[in-house]
Formats: sequence, C-alpha cells, structure tokens
Amino acid sequence: MMLAPDLPGFADPVADAQATFRAVLDAMARPGTIHAVAPGLDAPAPLDPATAALLLTLVDPDTPLWVEPALAPARDWIAFHCGALLVAVPEAASFLLATVLPPLDTLRRGSDEAPEEGASVILQLSALGEGTRFRLDGPGLAAPASFAAAGLGAGFVAAWHANRAGFPRGVDLLLGCDTRIAALPRSVAVDQI
Amino acid sequence: MMTDTAPPTQPNDAEKTPRQRWMAVLARAGAEAIAARLRRAEAIPEWRRLRGPDTGLVMLRGRSGGGGASFNLGEMTVTRCTLRLASGLVGHATVAGRNLRHAELAALADALLQDPARQDALLADLIAPLAAAQQVQRQALAARAAATRVQFFALQTMRT
Repeated sequence: MMLAPDLPGFADPVADAQATFRAVLDAMARPGTIHAVAPGLDAPAPLDPATAALLLTLVDPDTPLWVEPALAPARDWIAFHCGALLVAVPEAASFLLATVLPPLDTLRRGSDEAPEEGASVILQLSALGEGTRFRLDGPGLAAPASFAAAGLGAGFVAAWHANRAGFPRGVDLLLGCDTRIAALPRSVAVDQI
Repeated sequence: MMTDTAPPTQPNDAEKTPRQRWMAVLARAGAEAIAARLRRAEAIPEWRRLRGPDTGLVMLRGRSGGGGASFNLGEMTVTRCTLRLASGLVGHATVAGRNLRHAELAALADALLQDPARQDALLADLIAPLAAAQQVQRQALAARAAATRVQFFALQTMRT
C-alpha cells in the first residue's frame, strides 16, 4: 500500500531539483556561504522548505536515510516523494536528517579508497547567518571567513576537529534554515570566535 | 491473457481487490472515455496534484516459461499521477504511454471511487461500461487470433 502524504513535492521536479543541486554545489565549494533554495516549496511540518528541498534533490532509493524521531511526522512525505530507504540506525545511513547534530564519530565515514561513502548530515537549524560565530578556513576559501549559525550544539567545534582529523574519511554537513542553505564539507576547519 | 502461467506473485482476476480491478479498467480505458463519463458525475470536489502527472520508464520483468527465473523483458513508457481530493482521499494511477491527461483522470476516478458515498454509482456508470467495452475488444482480438491458430502436434508430444 502506498503512503499518502498531504503535500506535493517540487512544482517543477526537474528544474527545481537542478537549481537546488546547483546551490548545494556552490555551498559545498564555498564553505559557509548562504544560498537561497526552494522558492514556493510547500514543506511538510516540521521541515523547513530548505531541508525539504535538500531531501528532494539528494535522497533517492539508493541512499539509505535516517530521520530523527522528532522529525517523524514528515516521514510519509519523504518516503513518497524521495522513495527513500528509511533506516532505523544512524550508522546505516548515507544521509541523516536531524535538528540536533548526531555524534559524528558514530556515522559512516567512508574509507581511504572510497571516501565518498561517508555520510552527509542534513541539519535543520533555528538560524543561519546569526547565532554562534565561527571562523572557517580551508579549500574554497581564499581567506578565513566568518560564519554564524544557531543550533550546532556546544561540542560542535571539538566534534568537527575529530571529524576532520580522519580526512579524506569523514562526514559532510548540509545546513538548512527556512529557505536558505549552507554547507560545511569535511575539508573545512572550524574554530569558534 | 493466460492466467495459468502467471507467476505466483501476480494475483489472478478472482484474487484482485475491487480497487485493483477498477484501477486496471481505468488504466486500459482512454482519457476521452473516462472524461466523458466523469462529466456526468455530480459535484467533483477540488483536488491537488501530489505527484505528476509525469512520464518515465519502468522495467518490465518476465519469467522464463511463465514461472521460472525472472529476467528483464524490457522498458516501457508509463505515466503516473497521484492526487488528493479536498476530502483527503488519495488517488493513484499508472497508465501505459505518455498521455498525462489520462493518468490524471484515472487518478481522479480512483480517488472518487474510494468514497463510499459515490462508489456504487461510479462503479455502475463508469467502471462497468468501460470494463464491458474492454471485454468485447479482448474477445474480438481473441477471435481474430484464434482463426490463425496453428497446433504444433509434434512439439506438444515431445514436451509431454
């Protein structure tokens, strides 16, 4: 029996997914920069349009997805529109959808031969561009840049140091808030200001 | 259709649920035929498209000898649509070909048919005549095919 969500996905599935994918590429290439996505997407509660657009663009039946229990009301919508394989444990997922950053050291980190198998966390934040300030440095940034977000958690900088130490293995972070996204790829160094 | 050679996962006609039966009839009917009969139905509520109608390919799988190992037979163009009535009922349709309107009308009819208040009327006015027309068509085709039937006695003897 097919699940029946209440809301549609992208109005124009091909063009909207391509535009969002372009925004994800730009966000990953320039860590910390903020990009607008999902104009007019009617996201299911409790998802923001930005996180919903990231899911529609990146997740499909080939990518096991773990959904934080607090976001469970959106599971039907995700299963229907992404066709995602929903898994019960974070360790088995290649994408994770959360509002609280899960412990990064428990997630898939890939291997030195196949670092692309590392998991990506889609994190829905309460604010992007304001909140706790961080200093970013690394590939894609000509000079250290400042970045602000609320909701990454107290132990984030230490957890990120540990995540970066295993490069090229590691976890990538995609951040969504309202209709805007940013990304912290595993290559970026983060320090609190 | 030879039901005796169908793989065990395919329900035969008697095992199909009523919904499977009307979905099959709607998928085989033409868009015009469904539209003409739905026009007579009263007060069709507003609906919202949840997905599609969009066209894509599905891989058809066959079984060697009808019940043996499965293999990929080939890809087929289908159009699917899912919509939701204001009342909350959700209709699905997947139809062969690229007719977007056919998929949407079939999904709409599927959603309306799930409404207990409308089901009997729609089954009588929409599904029954379409099913009857399809049955006549099938019989005509079977009769034409039967006229050219060749019995391979030698092969049949060797197999048994």
